[in-house]
Amino acid sequence: MPTTTIDGHTVHVNDEGFLTDPSEWTEPLAESLAAAIGIELTDEHWRAIHFLREDFAREGETATLRRISVVGGIPTKTLFQLFPQKPAKKLAYVAGLPKPHGCV
Amino acid sequence: MKHLLILGGGTAGTMIANRLRRRLDHREWMVIVVDRDDEHHYQPGYLFIPFGGYGADDVVRPRRELLATGVEFLLGEVDRIDAPQSRVVLQDGRQIHYDYLVIASGTTPRPDQTPGMLGPQWHQSIFDFYTLEGAQALAAAWERFDHGQLVVHITEMPIKCPVAPLEFAFLAEASLRRRGLRDRVEIVFVTPLDGAFTRPVASARLGAMLEERKIRVEPDFMVECIDDERQVLVSYDEREVPFDLLVTVPLNMGADFVARSGLGDELNYVPVDKHTFLSAAYDNIFAIGDASDIPASKAGSVAHFSVEIFVENFQQHVRGLPMTHAFDGHANCFVESGDDKALLIDFNYDTEPLPGKYPLPRIGPMSLLQESRANHLGKLAFRHIYWNVLLPGRPVPLPARMSMAGKQNPAEET
Repeated sequence: MPTTTIDGHTVHVNDEGFLTDPSEWTEPLAESLAAAIGIELTDEHWRAIHFLREDFAREGETATLRRISVVGGIPTKTLFQLFPQKPAKKLAYVAGLPKPHGCV
Repeated sequence: MKHLLILGGGTAGTMIANRLRRRLDHREWMVIVVDRDDEHHYQPGYLFIPFGGYGADDVVRPRRELLATGVEFLLGEVDRIDAPQSRVVLQDGRQIHYDYLVIASGTTPRPDQTPGMLGPQWHQSIFDFYTLEGAQALAAAWERFDHGQLVVHITEMPIKCPVAPLEFAFLAEASLRRRGLRDRVEIVFVTPLDGAFTRPVASARLGAMLEERKIRVEPDFMVECIDDERQVLVSYDEREVPFDLLVTVPLNMGADFVARSGLGDELNYVPVDKHTFLSAAYDNIFAIGDASDIPASKAGSVAHFSVEIFVENFQQHVRGLPMTHAFDGHANCFVESGDDKALLIDFNYDTEPLPGKYPLPRIGPMSLLQESRANHLGKLAFRHIYWNVLLPGRPVPLPARMSMAGKQNPAEET
């Protein structure tokens, strides 16, 4: 797996730039990853990121938008406002998790 | 007497009942199937109904007649599973004790879950084709439809038979061409995915086929609501797609009784081990077919291959032995592409659909990920195999586990 350096953090990523080792993720790194896709993190963003991280730790899989809204209590509409166009993908990217594979 | 209770007499439930009835001692085991009605539907057949290929008689048979002698069939609506007490409570108050439970209650389209879908336009200009009623209503509308914008739409993944919306688009395009109406109709394929299909090689191939047929793809579209007065689909990111005829695949969800029993995830699917189908919560509950949360296609072929693995494992599990057979996520799906041709795709958890030949390497007669008439004939022949070979539990000469023989990986060849 290739490594990349973002704002001085060296991490392992796949060919789409997603972290391949969730344990390399830190909150300052999330700020840098978000900035790389043009997002400035607010408390609402952090709520979604923390839900995704905690849910991943429990379930071993990245939550889908539906799961974030049903289990995490953050409406899908809000997720589209926070992470425009591709919220599932962008949120996973910033949270240092694999893309959700809710699409089989 | 021990009780094996199966909730759902569909593809998975019927195959399990028939196969295990033969394997389990009649003096020791009762096999009971519960369903809320006595109609077994051959769901792949719905696709042909809008285009006049099949009628109701081709796709519906009584469940009872498809179950082997010695399998008890109960009609009843499940209220809930009381897992700690190992019993199922029906809505009429009956209680059924079980030693082992198989949840095979499938997944159901839920047009009620998208605002505006189930309004006054339902079965007027908005149709589904994953139910017999929907497919029949669409057949009547399709005869009248002669110009405007046809939108084929997927609400959210996962859906059962994920290739069926593509098949519908291909068949609709061919039908319009045949009727001399192709130039009067725009066709748009609206999907929450970033392309035609879920896996890259197949997505590229199927995407190219849409392009050849001048079917426009609107990707990454998560529908928020349908404005039925203006006849537009509206996405969460405020894109709009107008339609004159909308053929939608509503949100798919597992049975509500799964949720009421506290056994489901956010879409009422039962979390299970993806190799054995054993419930993550209870050692005497399995979920098989579309009802489970395994990351495989929700498709009859997956149910079929799953059952082959499960039947072997179940006999070990009830003796207290470790289950030695592991399901690999094998799926095998025909994709109708119009003009009496079809593709075939064969894949599993780890290997995406690839080109090649099936089931015999180099010989076929089926072609993988490529249009051919043999594939189409295979798809048509499958209805007979389903009723007469698969459901009764007779052996089908296709291995349950996917094989790499006959497949070519384009990435490795270059």
